[in-house]
Amino acid sequence: MAKLRDLARLIRSKNAGPFMLTIDIMFSEAATYERVRDAGVISADLVSHLYNVRPELVQITNVDPALAIKASIPRPAPSGDLADTDVFGGQQYGPLVDLEVP
Amino acid sequence: MATDKHEIRMLAATGMLGSGFREASFLRGIEWHPDFIGADSGSTDFGPYCLGSGKAQFSQRAYARDLRILLREAVPRRIPVLIGSAGTSGANSHVDYLVGIVRDLAKELGIHFKLAVAHSEVDKGWLKAKYQAGQVIPLENAPSLDERVIDRSTHIVAMMGTEPFRWALEAGADVVITGRSSDTSIFAAVPMMNGINPGPVWHAAKVLECGAAAVTHRTVPDCMFAWVTDDYFIVEPPAPDYSCTPQSVASHTLYENADPYSLVEPMGVLDTSQCSYQSTSDRAVKVTGSRFTKAEKYTLRLESAELVGYQSVVLGGVRDPVILEQLDDWVARVKVAGEARVKALYPEIQDFALTFRIYGKDGVMGALEPVRKIEGHEALIVIEALAPSQEAANAIAATISHFALHYAVPQWHGLISVLAFPYAPAELVRGPVYRFNMNHVVQIDDEAELKREFPITFESL
Repeated sequence: MAKLRDLARLIRSKNAGPFMLTIDIMFSEAATYERVRDAGVISADLVSHLYNVRPELVQITNVDPALAIKASIPRPAPSGDLADTDVFGGQQYGPLVDLEVP
Repeated sequence: MATDKHEIRMLAATGMLGSGFREASFLRGIEWHPDFIGADSGSTDFGPYCLGSGKAQFSQRAYARDLRILLREAVPRRIPVLIGSAGTSGANSHVDYLVGIVRDLAKELGIHFKLAVAHSEVDKGWLKAKYQAGQVIPLENAPSLDERVIDRSTHIVAMMGTEPFRWALEAGADVVITGRSSDTSIFAAVPMMNGINPGPVWHAAKVLECGAAAVTHRTVPDCMFAWVTDDYFIVEPPAPDYSCTPQSVASHTLYENADPYSLVEPMGVLDTSQCSYQSTSDRAVKVTGSRFTKAEKYTLRLESAELVGYQSVVLGGVRDPVILEQLDDWVARVKVAGEARVKALYPEIQDFALTFRIYGKDGVMGALEPVRKIEGHEALIVIEALAPSQEAANAIAATISHFALHYAVPQWHGLISVLAFPYAPAELVRGPVYRFNMNHVVQIDDEAELKREFPITFESL
């Protein structure tokens, strides 16, 4: 087992427009990327569980040329709305950092 | 400008006008003979305030610094300058703000050019008619829309495609400033006018609109350069200490985009799923396989904001373990009792709201936070008072901050002070608060409608 933070070169989140949030998990080595991708741990179920959103709203994309896995979800509140907590969506990747990867 | 070229060279000054770039990088980019220089000036990243208030994100000096270098180098060389999404949000007040800066710079630099100004602020009557005709379509996670939402909006802008740039350049403009524009359209307009294959064009434009964002290690905002042809594009940063790799360029399609393989534009969709990325040097990357599919209906994305009210905010820290153990409960009790106190004191304030955020618990993630307990030795409470006027918000915040400060817990007997205020006064005036109220597209019948609703004006400077 290893933690995602030890395998990825970058884990980040950002708005994809004011109504969507997108999370990128990016790797330096193809082998490491393929290991995490093929382990299937970054799944709609995982993101649904960690972020308390319905799994059908989670969009997961494996981006081979970028050695990256992307997860996108609707924002619970639009950017800058009264209930929003993170205008840029920049700190929403926290729960993934210490994720255990087989 | 030249037409029907088989290769178009484009220089992006920076990812966002006003955020800066290195002058030396820009001058190197100029030496590579760009056919035009583009810069995106807008974003919704900063939240709804700029669009709602009509104010720009950066200062006059910050925009003038960047524009001075662009105009000084480009105008004498007759290189067109294209600025999209003027002044952050591209409403008329933002466009006017940037145009004012450009007029001053023309005088300061003693240069003369034809300026085109394109508007993108939406007429509410026109939008209501489009709404009634069923031509306003919601996108993902869109808030509900009706005519009252349109009426409440302080500014509504439509995100333009390449057309305003094309109209301006065809009319002989040297410098073009547009209202809200899709970031990529700034860079796609000239190659599209030259008949270059739209696949490589839109993909190159997507890379360039963020300036140097697609390099391996971006330390400060800077320029980017691309050569685009029918079969491929090559991207290379002018700055000698920056470089692109296949991975850094491929990764850029992920940035602030929910679907990395598809990018939706007014006239169609860019598909990067079949792309191949190869190094052509230790700094440049060649991209092949980009495809563009024309949409059946031409659509413009709408951005709109409305005033929610005025806020005053109180920050207070908590360090006492006895209070931290029951913080949720304490906050719930203060909220109920505090609201009752405000209602009794200010019966004339009909619509107010008190909101408590707890940093140390779920301040950063709110509803998305999977950890539902307080584990640290301290926490920060943010109390927000929202009211229909700033005066009312300030009055409520002053009342609630003192009320909360001394609000008791059963374990301690006697008067306590629960909140550590970092500031005096404890209340911070936040001003008007806005919200984004649309995530929709509007269908456009034809180019004539576009031209009629979003006119261009010209002036000789």
